[in-house]
Amino acid sequence: MSRTMIILLALVAIVFAVSWAAKSASLDDQYDDYISRGFLITLAAFLTLSILSFLYKDNPFYKFAEHLFVGVSAAYWMSLGFWSTIVGNLIPRLSVTLSAFFKVPHIEDEYALYILPDKVSYFIPVVLGILLLMRLSKKAGWISSWPLAFIVGTTAGLNLVRYLRSDFIEQVSSTFVPLLVDWQGTGRFFSDFNLYAYGQFVTMLGNWVIFIGVLCGLVYFFFSKEHKGIFGGASRVGIWVLMITFGASFGYTVMGRISLLVGRLTFLFHDWLELIG
Amino acid sequence: MNIFDRMMSLDRRWVFLFVALVCVITYLIPFSIKINITPEVKSIYDHVESLKAGDYILLAIDYDPNALAELHPMTYAIAEQAFRKELKVIFVTLSQNGPGMADQAIRDISDSLRLEKTYNGITYPARQLINGKDYVFLGYKPYPALVILGMGQNFRLPFPSDYYGTPLDSIPMMKGVLNYDQIKCVIDFAAGNVADMWISYGQGRYNFPLALGMTGVMGADYYPYLNSGQVFGLMGGLLGAAQYESLADNPGPAIDGMRIQLYAHIVIILFILMGNIGFLVTRRKKQV
Repeated sequence: MSRTMIILLALVAIVFAVSWAAKSASLDDQYDDYISRGFLITLAAFLTLSILSFLYKDNPFYKFAEHLFVGVSAAYWMSLGFWSTIVGNLIPRLSVTLSAFFKVPHIEDEYALYILPDKVSYFIPVVLGILLLMRLSKKAGWISSWPLAFIVGTTAGLNLVRYLRSDFIEQVSSTFVPLLVDWQGTGRFFSDFNLYAYGQFVTMLGNWVIFIGVLCGLVYFFFSKEHKGIFGGASRVGIWVLMITFGASFGYTVMGRISLLVGRLTFLFHDWLELIG
Repeated sequence: MNIFDRMMSLDRRWVFLFVALVCVITYLIPFSIKINITPEVKSIYDHVESLKAGDYILLAIDYDPNALAELHPMTYAIAEQAFRKELKVIFVTLSQNGPGMADQAIRDISDSLRLEKTYNGITYPARQLINGKDYVFLGYKPYPALVILGMGQNFRLPFPSDYYGTPLDSIPMMKGVLNYDQIKCVIDFAAGNVADMWISYGQGRYNFPLALGMTGVMGADYYPYLNSGQVFGLMGGLLGAAQYESLADNPGPAIDGMRIQLYAHIVIILFILMGNIGFLVTRRKKQV
């Protein structure tokens, strides 16, 4: 470790200690556990700044925060899975003794699969789960392919129906929109003339945009015919539609990222430094 | 090297520094900006407003701390509005770090409800939220699609007990509440593809009114579902949250964050213009 790094680490440690003490003192009159709260807020601020430091360049503080996050997340997810699914869902339905051991109320299950004898249906996911863990063994690792095949098959089946219904049929039917409106006079036609309103003109314009956008977008992805003439023109309009869509998506992304920065600034300036009320 | 060459070779860290400076300065100087309300946000507000005391709504807190800045303000604004109207709220989370988010939101909103407040000219008396009577927090279960389908049959199927370990049958608020049939609407606050599952497996299968609150990154992708009527409302990012806070007359961190958004966006647009001007000029120079 270089001398500069040692000095930097010492400096960060001193700043951390001073911040912890100051934060704890400021929380003294509000909470009984002000010391631990002071520590947690200071730690959160340290980790926030460590992650943000990557914007300058890669450094040990960033790496520490990143590794800590990955480790904690994995452990948290694993323990949550155990307590919410195994203990929360399975044990109460499986056995009175085990329920008492884990201190969860036993459930006389009225929603079990009656095609199988009592409680047997619950052992199927247990067995599949254990088989999945066989992946950890070099010799018996192949057995994990069976539950994996079950997961892949089930997910594929569920997603097929899902996409067919919500992303295909519903979306196709929503593009069948009226392109002309009943003429009720110029006044009615141009009423509510702004993008947020639904006057006749705005509605019709929106419907035409949807119609042309969908048609030209589809033409762009049709590769069995050379993109020339009218077909080529429609394809170019399709590219424009796609570019505008990507632009809108990118704009939203920028907004989202700035929002996250706002969130962190709120934490740093409000919760940690208390510079704003 | 002239100014255009400099523009092209500008170190990206200057951009970061400039954006950060603008954000910090605008954050520390308080001023307000006008929030325009969009119909997709207003329809959510109107739907919640149209419900009667005692009606049930389900709020799905499907986000982790990384989306807290954008989605927490939405959750707070809608949950507070619902509780002030004395609606019964069922909280659920299908995101692994969601329980902490939901728990924090419930505690903070409970604190806020202890004070008498006036929103949109109506004064709401202070009230004490009671777990099991005013709200239920079902907790978290993995595999969102299966949980959503399971809740459609019976909430007790994926959640035999609530987050705090009380069996659902022992909770007064859940008596007679079997599945989505008893719920007036589901509002999903999502930071991932859980929103897709609520649309496909939830709304598509059980046909309940569904609204989405989502991160800015996801916003543009979900407008087709609004157009097709699969969702009745949409709130995208901090802007959506600010609009809701504005409608609910409950200013919070989203409205506060809008002024930073405004100036940060101006800076980013200026940098994009600078980059493009630099690119065009240097390209023309090379061609000459």
